[in-house]
Amino acid sequence: MSSRTSHVAADRLKGMQESVWVEFIRLAQEVKPVNLGQGFPDFAAPEFVTKALSDAVTGPNVLLNQYTRGFGHLRLVNALSKLYSKLLGRELDPLTEILVTVGAYEALYCTIMALVNPGDEVIIIEPFFDCYEPMTKMAGGIPVFVPLRPKKTHGPISSADWVLDPKEFASKFTNKTKMIIVNTPHNPLGKVFTRSELEMIAELCKKHNVICVMDEVYEWLVFKGSEHIRMATLPGMWERTITVGSAGKTFSVTGWKLGWLYGPHELTRPAQLLHQNCVYTCATPIQEAVAVGFEIEMERMGTPDSYWQDLIETLEPKRDRMAKFLTTVGMAPTVPEGGYFMIADFSEIGSKVNLDSEQGTKDYRFVKWLSRNKKLQGIPPSAFYCNEHKNLGEDYIRFCFFKEETTLEKAEKIIVDLKKSLT
Amino acid sequence: MVTLLVFRTMKRLNLCKLLLDKYVVLNLKSYRSVGFDVLSSRTSHVVADRLNGIQENVWVELIELAKEVKPVNLGQGFPDFAAPEFITKALRDALKQPDIFLNQYTRSYGHPRLVNALSKLYSKLLCRELDPLNEILVTIGADEAIYCTIMALVNPGDEVIIIEPFFDIYEPVTKMAGGIPVFVPLRPKKTHGPISSADWVLDPKELASKFTNKTKMIIVNTPNNPLGKVFTRSELEMIAELCKKHNVICVMDEVYEWLVFKGSEHIRMATLPGMWERTLTIGSAGKTFSITGWKIGWLYGPRELTKFPQLLHENCISSCATPLQEAIAVGLEIENEHMGTPESYWRDLVDTLEPKRDRMAKFLTTVGMAPTVPEGGYFMMADVSEIASKIDLDAETGMKDYRFVKWLCRNKKLQGIPISAFYCNEHRNLGENFIRFCFCKEETTLEKAEQIIMDLKNSLL
Repeated sequence: MSSRTSHVAADRLKGMQESVWVEFIRLAQEVKPVNLGQGFPDFAAPEFVTKALSDAVTGPNVLLNQYTRGFGHLRLVNALSKLYSKLLGRELDPLTEILVTVGAYEALYCTIMALVNPGDEVIIIEPFFDCYEPMTKMAGGIPVFVPLRPKKTHGPISSADWVLDPKEFASKFTNKTKMIIVNTPHNPLGKVFTRSELEMIAELCKKHNVICVMDEVYEWLVFKGSEHIRMATLPGMWERTITVGSAGKTFSVTGWKLGWLYGPHELTRPAQLLHQNCVYTCATPIQEAVAVGFEIEMERMGTPDSYWQDLIETLEPKRDRMAKFLTTVGMAPTVPEGGYFMIADFSEIGSKVNLDSEQGTKDYRFVKWLSRNKKLQGIPPSAFYCNEHKNLGEDYIRFCFFKEETTLEKAEKIIVDLKKSLT
Repeated sequence: MVTLLVFRTMKRLNLCKLLLDKYVVLNLKSYRSVGFDVLSSRTSHVVADRLNGIQENVWVELIELAKEVKPVNLGQGFPDFAAPEFITKALRDALKQPDIFLNQYTRSYGHPRLVNALSKLYSKLLCRELDPLNEILVTIGADEAIYCTIMALVNPGDEVIIIEPFFDIYEPVTKMAGGIPVFVPLRPKKTHGPISSADWVLDPKELASKFTNKTKMIIVNTPNNPLGKVFTRSELEMIAELCKKHNVICVMDEVYEWLVFKGSEHIRMATLPGMWERTLTIGSAGKTFSITGWKIGWLYGPRELTKFPQLLHENCISSCATPLQEAIAVGLEIENEHMGTPESYWRDLVDTLEPKRDRMAKFLTTVGMAPTVPEGGYFMMADVSEIASKIDLDAETGMKDYRFVKWLCRNKKLQGIPISAFYCNEHRNLGENFIRFCFCKEETTLEKAEQIIMDLKNSLL
């Protein structure tokens, strides 16, 4: 369609390419490896939630299959309000301070597009969940990256050992800084930011009048010894913080694509308006089912029947098992304090393998080689760094341990065989 | 318009909530200028410029009113009867299946089973092989298909032709993309006697005059909401000629494609000569299977165009709900088999809706409203000017149709939608005599509506 003066594609898509997921999903479909790549469980979702969805669509209330309230189905926003009011120690208004979205993804999208203007700077902590950068750019914003770095290189490493350098961090705040995005518990590291780390971020936000976007999708997946702290509860932070959550991570139903954000009306309102024009409303029966899930879980929070408690007790041994077998083969894992990912430094093993047949940065090449040759798939963490800092990620591979025991057994075997083949 | 000083005073007096409610009612144009400057010491405002002039849509205000009044609701477009069992059963089965991955992430551009079903269906209807991976995108309802299409293809300064009356999101999304909406109305070519949606036409000269060298896109909705107009082949050809002449992308909103009544035929622009390469067509599972609350839609077109909304979708939503896509795929597989036979759900839907349409047209006519009988879709517009002139609407605010709709809701407990909402500011007068009713409702609902209308008529004699 060449005779028009303006190009076909809008400028806001400039520089955007297929995400890391598309490439590796394709590879997995081709190779059919033991897949520890994308983050979702390979066992059944909890029945109390799937039953709730089934009941919602086949039940007598026919309106559950029709449009619901744009900013969030009433039963769900009421449940979210009840839950978070308790956890925040403040009354959360279900109608004006909550927005239900298509996964945490759309919550982030609406927040960024509703609040970031061309030229606004957005601080992104590396390694970062890959959508933060393209979303910032689509809004015309300028991403400013600051990495977490491991403060030790030998011995057992915890995600707590990955820290921001306070001076470097402070230097990123300018008078153009509109927003910072903080992910805790963190993907891919599993870091659970401590209160003092959050306070350091909070001080800078207040000093420079910056909006704080907290991606807290793994909020329920925190292992023994760590505590999830909500930035929105810190002094002076409620009024400048938007917090994002996810039903997919909360109830192990990533394919339901339902999330939310909450915050002061001054900030949620623009996101609500953007959502209205983007998707208008989210799926009714799914919202109803998630509401039911929350009602059930709220009753049992802190008791042995709690699904979230059960999830942690299921995942912690898997984490420890994976950390162990990775260590015994000479990979150096970072043991996560939360979430269900683990990154490991594979450089020792990688140096013994010929990766020339693959392309890309070292970790991309190792992941592809491992998938094609050993039928074990991970994700290359340099995808979670900006171009200039990709070297910070290229010695690592990310594995998801939220998998059946049989899957982890297979992975362990592949890794142990790999080691043997290299000695 | 509230000044910044007043705003800050009201905030101090904790009247913020009141202020925000008033914003909705006042239809505030310049949301940003009052500056929710809670975070006031920054040089740039809190809200992004792309939200300038964007306000809550017509639905929100009227949904609030409906909650308060609990009227017989013929406003928003969804059925008040059960969704078809073969679809809800398909979802229930998907959740029980041993394939646990149906509750986890699926392919970003569309669940394979669904894009394959869509490809099979539309390849037949388009008479061309539709590539399921590259020529289809599954979206969060037709709303997101429209959003991704416009945001992926429209640059600041690009003109987008919108035919009035238009489905309300076309304008704000065009503006968010920095595009310039250019409006051209359909007008009724007769004012007396029975009016069909076929009588609402574009003026060819007027339409042609709207195409400039800045025109990037035109959005055409057929069957049309709210009119129910089903564009004829020659009408589509007229639009096609202009698109080809001016190298314009044609966005076809065909969500009501299966709801076409006797005597009309739904024609797909993408099948017209020279149009495949410049057309993106949008569909909706919500309208297809009477499950508006599932919010799954799609678009299809040539790869050269679909790849852009695909990319935008990937960075906006990432992927749509897996179990819903699976169930819809099953529904399409079943319906694909039944198409053209007495078992066809779409045939049954049309057979169910047509008498409802006729019933509504009749009772609106007997009370002195002049309905436009739709050729497709499930909405009916009616001219209420005669009846409205006999009523004191002074207690309500806004344009004439808004006032009538609110009066009718509050006083007679019957809800419709005001049509001026489907016109640009400059053309609102073209809509202010009309109200829109949805007839995709249970017989009991339509009976109640008919009763209210009859009582209203009697009360005015």
